[in-house]
Amino acid sequence: MKEIATGNKAIAKAVKQALPDVVAAYPITPQTEIVETIADFVTSGQMKSRYIPVESEHSAMAACIGASITGVRTFTATSAHGLLYMHEMTNWAAGARLPIVMANVNRSLGPGWNIWAEHTDAMQERDTGWLQVYVSTVQEAYDTTLMAFRIAEHNDVLLPVMVNLDGFVLSHIMQPLDTVEPGNFIPPIHLPHAIDVKNPAGYGGLTGPDQHFKFRWDIERSIRDSEKVIAATEADFAKRFGRKYGPVEEYRCEDADVILIALGTLGKEAEVAIDILRKEGIKAGSMRLRWFRPFPKLDLTGKDVVVIDRDYSFGYGGIVAHEIMAKCHCDVFSVIAGLGGQEVTYDDIAEFVRKRRIGTEFWFGVNAHV
Amino acid sequence: MAEIPKEEYLKKCTSACAGCSSSLTLRYVLKAAGHDTVLVVPACCTSVIQGIYPNTAMNVPVYNVAFAAAAACASGMSEAFRSLGRKTNVIVYAGDGGTLDIGIQSMSGAFERGTDFLYICYDNEAYGNTGMQRSGATPLGARTTTTPTGKTVEKKDIDAIAAAHHLSYMATACSAYPQDIYKKVAKALTFRGPTFIHILAPCPPGWRYPAEKTIEMGKLAVKSGMWVLYERENNKLTISAPSKAAMRKPIPLEEYLGPQGRFKGIDPKSIEILKQRLADNLKHLAAEEEASA
Repeated sequence: MKEIATGNKAIAKAVKQALPDVVAAYPITPQTEIVETIADFVTSGQMKSRYIPVESEHSAMAACIGASITGVRTFTATSAHGLLYMHEMTNWAAGARLPIVMANVNRSLGPGWNIWAEHTDAMQERDTGWLQVYVSTVQEAYDTTLMAFRIAEHNDVLLPVMVNLDGFVLSHIMQPLDTVEPGNFIPPIHLPHAIDVKNPAGYGGLTGPDQHFKFRWDIERSIRDSEKVIAATEADFAKRFGRKYGPVEEYRCEDADVILIALGTLGKEAEVAIDILRKEGIKAGSMRLRWFRPFPKLDLTGKDVVVIDRDYSFGYGGIVAHEIMAKCHCDVFSVIAGLGGQEVTYDDIAEFVRKRRIGTEFWFGVNAHV
Repeated sequence: MAEIPKEEYLKKCTSACAGCSSSLTLRYVLKAAGHDTVLVVPACCTSVIQGIYPNTAMNVPVYNVAFAAAAACASGMSEAFRSLGRKTNVIVYAGDGGTLDIGIQSMSGAFERGTDFLYICYDNEAYGNTGMQRSGATPLGARTTTTPTGKTVEKKDIDAIAAAHHLSYMATACSAYPQDIYKKVAKALTFRGPTFIHILAPCPPGWRYPAEKTIEMGKLAVKSGMWVLYERENNKLTISAPSKAAMRKPIPLEEYLGPQGRFKGIDPKSIEILKQRLADNLKHLAAEEEASA
């Protein structure tokens, strides 16, 4: 069905169709519309889930954990400070191998009090064992949320999935949305370690070093295995519903000398910049990273690489830039841009490519080369 | 004790300290709850008493969760069981630190939401698991490793806080009175919605008394009136039999404080304050019982 929706509404509609048993969430700007919409769906009987209006995000994730371990489907949503307040429990969710799906509306962290887009919130969760995907349109937010449940709950994965969307830029923008009838696209959940009173077991208690090591390795192995599950899920989604996604969305990369890399809405905006640069005779292409965990395999051999980070690790650098440098063994032009919702136009992006100085870091707006 | 089932849900292989009264308490809690029960346990002595993975000393599923998260986790679990159409008991079994201090937010939230679960706080009046640091439940004058000269502030009144949530059932109990615990847990589980039981659980290494005195210590707490056993059912308060007897002829508070190393050297002024609070509490409870009769 074709309609117009915000990114937040699209997420809520996908969650409704995925039929979670339990949703526990706490409102926070700019995520609020997601939980308001779900609360409305539940109250009006359009959605059969149990909605738990918790008193904090720490409790939101704890409630999802408690629900998930019984073997049911769970969802939550948050943003920025809410995500950080959950941090203890996000580790717990991944460590306990619980396939919780969460929408995170990317927002900057205070102080100062800034409610606009930035990826530093999610990047601070990068080492927790959650899969992370960054979307760039309302349609993609919807489609990816549906796929997230199937991926998280797959028995080769059994890890939580975080669907990231840029605060306001995507959460509140209205775009066309084509909803589908998922049918059996998301199979019934089967959690092999669900609580069973007929077969009592202890969960999450004391664990010695040897077993702990094994559990950590199991998470890493599942992150690696998730690549195949994601590919199969995205392929089946394309077959059923006609929209194709991958770990990376490439644009005019075939003969490109310079590759521009970004996440989320900036990654989409980059495509317009690429068209401008091509008209000038600059052979540029863009790669929008959709999945950040598992990190996609990129072939950047012999290319100039420009990376825009809407995040920062103080004392270290742009987080995406450094992941690419480490994993692709290349040097990059690292642009820090869009922090705290800073406006970055496609003209700005084109200029980053024109004036690239590989091996340096550039703070847009401050116009400082480091 | 004929009515108490023989079935054991807490096996003899726990790693509890000698004379641990909270594990004794748990034994009766589980007998009252039966096999269709899940325990939710935050960081506390009980998270250690179970033993080390892959072993467990418990014959019911135990879900260990982060310190502040037990009641919220139980909310999710309870709602999920409801959605699955199951009647499984969800019991939070948390220490005083996880209840009065770090876990109070999630407990209050779960009470306010009407989560269908039983929250049990077993209270050894300090962070026993990590070697007896002070908690919000540590009484005035008690020495702990973080109050080496005695605590300078009074014990937090968690029962009044719980009562302010207008629970349909709440009670106090003490490890020295297992039959009373059994009855109260069994009754709490007949209610729909949140219920609360606060159980005093003396701790030999923390309170510094010999392990074999653990039952005697609980009895002294009740007989002195320092700990009062009661239940509040739909706003009707009933003081339990052992405390009724104690109220008629209480033993001096010094008989309870004296055998405990943690109260060694407590100043007379603190004893006076403890006595005053004890008297106020008894007066208050007796008045409430009479008013609600």
